[in-house]
Amino acid sequence: MSETFVQKVLRKRLGVESAQPGQIVTVKPDRLLMHDNASAIIEKVKSDIDRFGIVDPDLPVIVLDHVIPASDEKTAINHRRIREFVRKHGIRHFFDIGEGVCHQVMFEKGLVLPGDLVLGSDSHTCSYGAVNAFSTGIDRTEAAALLLTGETWLKVPHTMKIMLEGGLSKGVYAKDLVLTMIGTIHSDGASYRCIEFHGDIGGLSISDRFTISNMGVEMDSKGAVFPVDEVTREHLDTAGIEDVSPVWADPDANYWSVHEFDMGDVVPVVSAPHKVDNVKPVSELTGLHFDQCFLGTCTNGRHEDLKVAARILSGERVHPSTRLIIAPASRSELVKAMADGTISGLLEAGGVLLPPGCGPCLGAHQGVMAPGERTISTSNRNFKGRMGCKEAEIYLASPATVAATALRGELTDPIEVI
Amino acid sequence: MRVWRYGDNVNTDMLFPGKYTYTCSKPEEIMPHLLEDLDPDFSSGVKKGDLLLVGSNFGCGSSREQPVLGLKHAGIEAIIGRSFARIFYRAAINQGLILIECPSAVDAYKDGDEVILDIGSGRIEIGGEEHRFPPLPDAVLAIRDSGGLLEYTRKRLEPRKG
Repeated sequence: MSETFVQKVLRKRLGVESAQPGQIVTVKPDRLLMHDNASAIIEKVKSDIDRFGIVDPDLPVIVLDHVIPASDEKTAINHRRIREFVRKHGIRHFFDIGEGVCHQVMFEKGLVLPGDLVLGSDSHTCSYGAVNAFSTGIDRTEAAALLLTGETWLKVPHTMKIMLEGGLSKGVYAKDLVLTMIGTIHSDGASYRCIEFHGDIGGLSISDRFTISNMGVEMDSKGAVFPVDEVTREHLDTAGIEDVSPVWADPDANYWSVHEFDMGDVVPVVSAPHKVDNVKPVSELTGLHFDQCFLGTCTNGRHEDLKVAARILSGERVHPSTRLIIAPASRSELVKAMADGTISGLLEAGGVLLPPGCGPCLGAHQGVMAPGERTISTSNRNFKGRMGCKEAEIYLASPATVAATALRGELTDPIEVI
Repeated sequence: MRVWRYGDNVNTDMLFPGKYTYTCSKPEEIMPHLLEDLDPDFSSGVKKGDLLLVGSNFGCGSSREQPVLGLKHAGIEAIIGRSFARIFYRAAINQGLILIECPSAVDAYKDGDEVILDIGSGRIEIGGEEHRFPPLPDAVLAIRDSGGLLEYTRKRLEPRKG
């Protein structure tokens, strides 16, 4: 019987004959991801943990990344509570401040493998579709219950098939591609459904795939998954993983819908305020002034992204009417970017370097805007108030478009400056 | 009973701004900021038994439990919507907050209409006209009817402990 990726993953784990869309199943995830919100999660079930214990100290992965280093006493207390919990219960997979954004850390430490099922108390947990895992976001209470039981329910989703054809043009990046998809499919177009990427994916690097899977949730998808190929294997080799069990859909699987994108037709785009699916070509808004340019996050803060920006900005100066903030996705990506001169290029151009972590993305600290200001960002959300001020505007774009805009102080098609 | 109406794609930053997510997690800390960037009158005006009537993809964006905790604490009887974003939908079940997907009811409502809800039998009456919605699966109802996921989990773990 023909199956989609997600049907096959769930059927194999459950050891049943079939997993049909709409069916409700009880699953035991391979990993449970938490970040700074682990503090609130632990608090919910403090007395239950004392009474029943943690189901498995190897299940949780905790990464401190959202507000790091602590910005005030309250966040410092949260971090302390998490560190105490980790020590008391022998949690093996704990990464303290500075290691990077949780999703990047999961990915580069090899904590998520092809065919895995990962749940996380963060909506961008869907990122691991890049390495052929079925991973999705849950809320804090569900994470708390998972600490106690190790299991939860899932509805087997229908799947949307996205066919990618051709290749991206010069000056156009994976971010432009995924924003273009979101602009077409819209914010609720993949609700309760899994997305599979098929077609000419060989030209997309592992970092490109991460960018794309990461933003799957901006179409409300339950997961956004790539198959395993040479590109994936190279990444897994780097993480020291050899033995994997990839899973992929059967050629005659049944899909909810099929969508085709010719990558050669994609142009540099932005998501304009205040919705991610409000996608417009850069050419329509050229000249728009930006007060702040932000390069970073789990979406686009990897070495490859910083390098694209440095190629535009090295030997130049950030325009005096704007400012450039850089938050690398992880320590390891930062180290790579230091070794080849990417970081010095960006700093000499006038960039401000933040520690590896979420930085200004969620508006809690570092790079909050004033009313009336406008930021162009490589992050994944431009919701009103997202960066800490509801009277400010956020535009989303590729690292190249952000760098080109930093150079001129106004929205610029990267092709003009590459 | 008041009906609070909101449109499509209301995201979690509008329901509860991200800047408070690591400093507010208890209902009394959440309440003053509930729906702060969507409707500044909500948190002071909401009363027990009120309803929310919303468009599609309500609660899209982050995994952010505070709006669900806040709405439950405020005594919202149910949220009737065209559709809900996935994580928000699960979060509501896990807190025992009732969400009803019923696009025809949302479309039919006019200001001032009387709304009568019969959750058990899957009926909403709006201005005298009946709309039906499918019941939740049993596995999900068991969680909601226990008062939320943690209560449900404790009930299951207790006998194992003996």
